[in-house]
Amino acid sequence: MIQTTNLSKNYGNTNALKIEELIIPKGQTFGLVGNNGAGKTTFFNLLLDLIQPTTGQITSNEITVNKSEDWKPFTSSFIDESFLIGYLTPEEYFYFIGDLRGRNKADIDTFLEEFEEIFNKEILNKKKYLRDLSKGNQKKVGIVAALIGNPEIIVLDEPFANLDPTTQIRLKKILRSLSNNKDVTILISSHDLNHVTEVCERIVVLDKGEIVKDISTSSKTLKELEDHFAV
Amino acid sequence: MILNFINLEWKQFFRSTYWQKSVALNLLLAFFALFLVGMFLIMGISLFPILKKEFPDADPFKTVNDILFYWILTDLIIRFFFQKLPVMNVKPLLTLPIKKSKIIHYILGKSTLSFFNFLLMFAVIPFGIMLIINDYDIVMVLFWIFVLIDITLIINFLNFLIENLASKTELSFLPIIALTGILYALNYYDIISFTTLLSGGIMGVANNPILILIPITVLAGLYFYNFKTLKEKLYIDNSLRSKTLEAKTTNLAWTQKFGDTAPFIQLDLKLLLRNKRPRSSIFILIIGLLYGLFFYPNPLYQDKVWLFVFVGTFVTGIFLINFGQFIPAWDSGYYKMLMSQNIKYEQYLKSKFTLMSASVIIMFLLSIPYVYFGWNILLAHFATAIYNMGVNSHIIMFTGAYNRKKINLDQRAVFNYQGTGAVQWLVGFPLLLIPILIFLPFYYFISFESGLLALIVLGLLGIVLHQKIMKLITKKYLEYKYEMINAFSQEN
Repeated sequence: MIQTTNLSKNYGNTNALKIEELIIPKGQTFGLVGNNGAGKTTFFNLLLDLIQPTTGQITSNEITVNKSEDWKPFTSSFIDESFLIGYLTPEEYFYFIGDLRGRNKADIDTFLEEFEEIFNKEILNKKKYLRDLSKGNQKKVGIVAALIGNPEIIVLDEPFANLDPTTQIRLKKILRSLSNNKDVTILISSHDLNHVTEVCERIVVLDKGEIVKDISTSSKTLKELEDHFAV
Repeated sequence: MILNFINLEWKQFFRSTYWQKSVALNLLLAFFALFLVGMFLIMGISLFPILKKEFPDADPFKTVNDILFYWILTDLIIRFFFQKLPVMNVKPLLTLPIKKSKIIHYILGKSTLSFFNFLLMFAVIPFGIMLIINDYDIVMVLFWIFVLIDITLIINFLNFLIENLASKTELSFLPIIALTGILYALNYYDIISFTTLLSGGIMGVANNPILILIPITVLAGLYFYNFKTLKEKLYIDNSLRSKTLEAKTTNLAWTQKFGDTAPFIQLDLKLLLRNKRPRSSIFILIIGLLYGLFFYPNPLYQDKVWLFVFVGTFVTGIFLINFGQFIPAWDSGYYKMLMSQNIKYEQYLKSKFTLMSASVIIMFLLSIPYVYFGWNILLAHFATAIYNMGVNSHIIMFTGAYNRKKINLDQRAVFNYQGTGAVQWLVGFPLLLIPILIFLPFYYFISFESGLLALIVLGLLGIVLHQKIMKLITKKYLEYKYEMINAFSQEN
């Protein structure tokens, strides 16, 4: 589904990312871990064509992302709060994203019912603009919006950060049920080794922009990762 | 500590992408400032001989003091629109071991170094020297200069109080207009003659140095009042955090007629209605609409028909210029999302174009009553409306591709153009002047109507070629996509 070849991103002389080859097959739930500055967000930004690669390319469903915009209809993402439109209410934001993805109001309303649990009555019909919600609630809106319109690729950067423990558990449940659907490829980055190992089938460890580990998740994975990061 | 503050601000200024991208613009501003300084210097030197020659009976010193009242009013207005409050990013400093009073003293102290405070001195000091040369008492002149410095600083701090007040209200420029208007009117109708009062006061201090204590006390009072209000504001739950308004959900279903651009038009309308900054472009519409009243009723301008073209472009295009020049920066806060969402750039830009065209039509319709002052005016407004729609709208969207300045939508409203200031008007000039330049040759060599026809033809041409031009503009935006994303993700 997603094929990375010879990809590198340099800022001046420093190498932010250097991946010779990385293939993520369709339907995989893929986790990216690494310390700060390891290149996780850089990789996602490249995948979403928000920055230009220095060399190489990423193809998504055989579309080279920085050549054509045709990957947009089947890709959705939430990277950070700058993906939200502060002066809309959560409902309006969902409808807006729905509009862009060919879903009408009624579709969105039914879609949102599934997330009542996660929203915990703090989001819908609160007469608040997104800019006035707490960081955690903003994040919930962003993540849920990224699920609108049955995307085939979902990219979430640090989805667990800033969420309260209950929501973290509920989010994991949602992600796991999504990953059962073999048409959906999910890419997650996280600092939290527990969460990724629970959710992802495959985990890639980045260090200083390079892939240092590529693991199929098993019961030993968490220990292996902890050993890797314990210095 | 003060050095640390200065260091911080220095870095903030020079490390912003904006500065790096627009050295030329900054140079232009610097040039403009030098020009003003030169003008004031010349005025300061030549004022005395000129007054002596024009009004041989009057004492030049007294005449200048008489004019001062008007200068103070002008200065207040100019400062309100152009002097920026010395804001500092204080939030990160609050938890550090720095006394709050130190931060505030620094902010207030810094404001005294504003360009506006020095400008008048460039005229006052040479004028003072001329006075001394012409046998006025040295001590008196020195005290006079001192009083003027004091008055300038009083204006400086008064301006903060007014701006503070203004930032709380929606129509933020009303208080200042009201204040200066009332003062002017009171003086003009001789209800309270501020001219004589002020002049007498200044002369009094100059002659009797002990009285200098009065203006100094006023200044000190203002300083501490400012200090007090600022101190109350240094809590994150007060001013540093924007207050929460109850959200109104709006339906805007009627926009569905616009097809695939509808979601964006809805978004833009909400952008305009719900954020301080863009909302001010709506209020400016009112000013723009009334702008014609400055010129049309005045018989002096009746035969200057090029003015009709200017006012026409201004009135029908005011929203276009105001809103258009910040495309796509209005959406800078969530630009990354738009760029990774399932949208085509063309739809996005088309919605902006639709909005601007609609504003031109609405402004034209609203300006029809000007026909009272002559049919020519209506004709000129019609021609410039077509021109605005076909030409200016495209130009402004094209230049938008070079826009690299993030806009914080929540920041204060009217006339405080965060980081733009005078630049705002520089952008507007070519848009307003080019139609006049096109009109004039036709007008001189053929006729008034042919000049307007030229504008209409150009406008129609733009409208006919709209699709093609939009393709071109879209290409430009795509070309600069990454640069824009990068610039917009930086805080200023």
